[in-house]
Amino acid sequence: MRDVAVVSFAQWRNEREHQGSPNGIEMLVPTMTEAVEASGIPRKEIGFWCSGSSDYIAGRAFSFVMAVDAIGAWPPINESHVEMDAAWALYEAWVKIQTGEVDSACVYGFGKSSAGELRRVMTLQLDPYYVAPLGPDSVSLAALQARAGIDAGKWSERDMADVAARALSAGAKNENAVRRTERTVDELLGLDYVASPLRKYDCPPITDGASVMVLAAGDLARDVCSRPAWIRAFEHRVDTQNIGMLDLTISNSAAKAAAAAGVTDDRLDVAELHAPFSHQELILREAMGIGDGTEVTPSGGALVANPMFSGGLSRIGEAARRIHDGTADRTMGHATSGPCLQQNLVCVLEGE
Amino acid sequence: MAKQPCAVIGVGQTKYAAKREDVSMAGLLREAAKRALEDAQMTWADIDAVVVGKAPDLFEGVMMPELFLADALGAHGKPLLRVHTAGSVGGSTANVAASLVQAGVHERVLTVAFEKQSESNAMWALSIPTPFAMPVHAGAGGYFAPHVRAYIRRANAPDHIGILVALKDRTNALKNPYAHLHQEDVSYEKIRDSMMLWDPIRYEETCPSSDGACAMVLGSESVAERSEKPVAWVHATAMRTEPTMLARQDKVSPQAGRDCVAEVYRQAGVTDPYRQIDMAEIYVPFSWFEPMWLENLGFAAEGEGWKLVESGATDLGGDLPVNPSGGVMSSNPIGASGMIRFAETALQVRGLAGEHQVDGARLALGHAYGGGSQFFAMWIVGSEKPTA
Repeated sequence: MRDVAVVSFAQWRNEREHQGSPNGIEMLVPTMTEAVEASGIPRKEIGFWCSGSSDYIAGRAFSFVMAVDAIGAWPPINESHVEMDAAWALYEAWVKIQTGEVDSACVYGFGKSSAGELRRVMTLQLDPYYVAPLGPDSVSLAALQARAGIDAGKWSERDMADVAARALSAGAKNENAVRRTERTVDELLGLDYVASPLRKYDCPPITDGASVMVLAAGDLARDVCSRPAWIRAFEHRVDTQNIGMLDLTISNSAAKAAAAAGVTDDRLDVAELHAPFSHQELILREAMGIGDGTEVTPSGGALVANPMFSGGLSRIGEAARRIHDGTADRTMGHATSGPCLQQNLVCVLEGE
Repeated sequence: MAKQPCAVIGVGQTKYAAKREDVSMAGLLREAAKRALEDAQMTWADIDAVVVGKAPDLFEGVMMPELFLADALGAHGKPLLRVHTAGSVGGSTANVAASLVQAGVHERVLTVAFEKQSESNAMWALSIPTPFAMPVHAGAGGYFAPHVRAYIRRANAPDHIGILVALKDRTNALKNPYAHLHQEDVSYEKIRDSMMLWDPIRYEETCPSSDGACAMVLGSESVAERSEKPVAWVHATAMRTEPTMLARQDKVSPQAGRDCVAEVYRQAGVTDPYRQIDMAEIYVPFSWFEPMWLENLGFAAEGEGWKLVESGATDLGGDLPVNPSGGVMSSNPIGASGMIRFAETALQVRGLAGEHQVDGARLALGHAYGGGSQFFAMWIVGSEKPTA
């Protein structure tokens, strides 16, 4: 395999939750300028462009087309798009570089979830014949998963509140977070249920956002970046969506992806997990075998900012940032997609 | 690092039809995928990863349908990717699947593209008004008709060229059991006398709206060499994109199309496409796009594409048969249409195209485009392994 590294990363900074006017492209353009300039690779020399976004978040067909206009695709560019979180666009770009066809790539994701009613929009991800017509929304499905774990004795509401409190205190130190107020576990447990057993801070905030990452291979990465974040393993897996067939308290796809990426065997300094609901961090830690020596989601993760379709890429970006600034040697970024952690991706990064 | 060789080991298609009410989306995809696996003499367990492509989710009304389809596609516990690049998506999806083999990441990849247009209404799904964006009024025909008019004026092309292309494609479709339109009574007069929809595009010069899926199994060199059946070696893949709206762009012969084909010719060592390419499956949703793309793809000089059509060169028995399957003009499940082009080229160089087989097809070009003539995906496949 070729050595490929993350050489720059930028994310849209939210002023607050539900911030209103900027659309996906307006968030994307300045973020892309920041990431591309920081990469040190001239925009016209980037070999491949790949994005992740969703037409249903945008409420229209071909939402990525406007992004192509915005990035200035002239002269024509080598470009592709996945209808997935941009973490999977990063995977496609990494594969493209592995073919030897190109030496660099710009990957981006964007989404404005505040424009619709997200939990109802996400219902449209379900089987359209048998499940979606019943109307289960994404928060209710996560609540069923949380309840299954409580019933199985795997975690308690206090364990979930522990996760949320830790995320909030991390968010208070993260300028990219939309939730920036610390709360104690007891304060959290005093709040009303949103969908029992989930309370407000067990669920992610509605977040608009965009993030952009630049990849480069070998010597190019060394030339443009003082400490490239080398991708040492990159794996993803999906499970059936047939929720009634699954043990919701575990994640087979996360376990398989982590095992294939060697996460279970090696020590990680940092693991940035994409766990939109508090109990999902507990499921992921167990599935991936992440030990106590690993700092888990120091950014605060999806519980303090959850921009749809760029949130997974941002986890990898946060993991890369810790390599770039020299505060970690080996990190992992994770992304999830689909109801109840249906699809999971793992990207292991290392400094030299 | 050099690319690893990659070949098409199996191809599967559904019967294309306006409404496949006999199957769900999952059933439709399995029909194509199972046929591809049978052709490849493999089972679900042999597959390392699945790559799904389709056009906008609004066409079926399901957000990221590959998630609920993961089970039907045998993807449980495996990597699953979903590509969406507008109308070119079927081609892009095949290229992404090929890149997984070419990168050495996987040995056997199942790729499936589909559209079940009868679940929703594609024309209106494309016509949702978006603030600050140019509307696409009443579907794609209204958008592309001015480009066709510009071509006719620029190339000084006679009016009957669009009719000739439609007649050829619909006649070819009679030889393809999977084609949606089987018009036994198709004739020049019937096409000429059909209703004018978007001047100068007549009803019978327009693609149908279809349900359907197309699948391929792609394999590495060692997998291909173990295959008992002939395989189609991938000689080149490329994708190029340009903006929707840019004053200096040429909508009749887009730069992205010219760049994309130049790249596949470079990779495949093609210097004289008209002589070296034995047949092509080109994305022609409105018949006039055949002469337009013949020029864009370098098969004819600028302004000469319609003369190639008129001479019969693109007929099944001609010098450069184009769309012997009947093309998009005869079957158009939008998200799959690009992959059908790519899959048909593979069938041709494998010698397995049946009644619409082109004699001696050894090197073939598959082409797909989408958006406002701005997204291009192409590949070249051959009967022989490329010499590195």
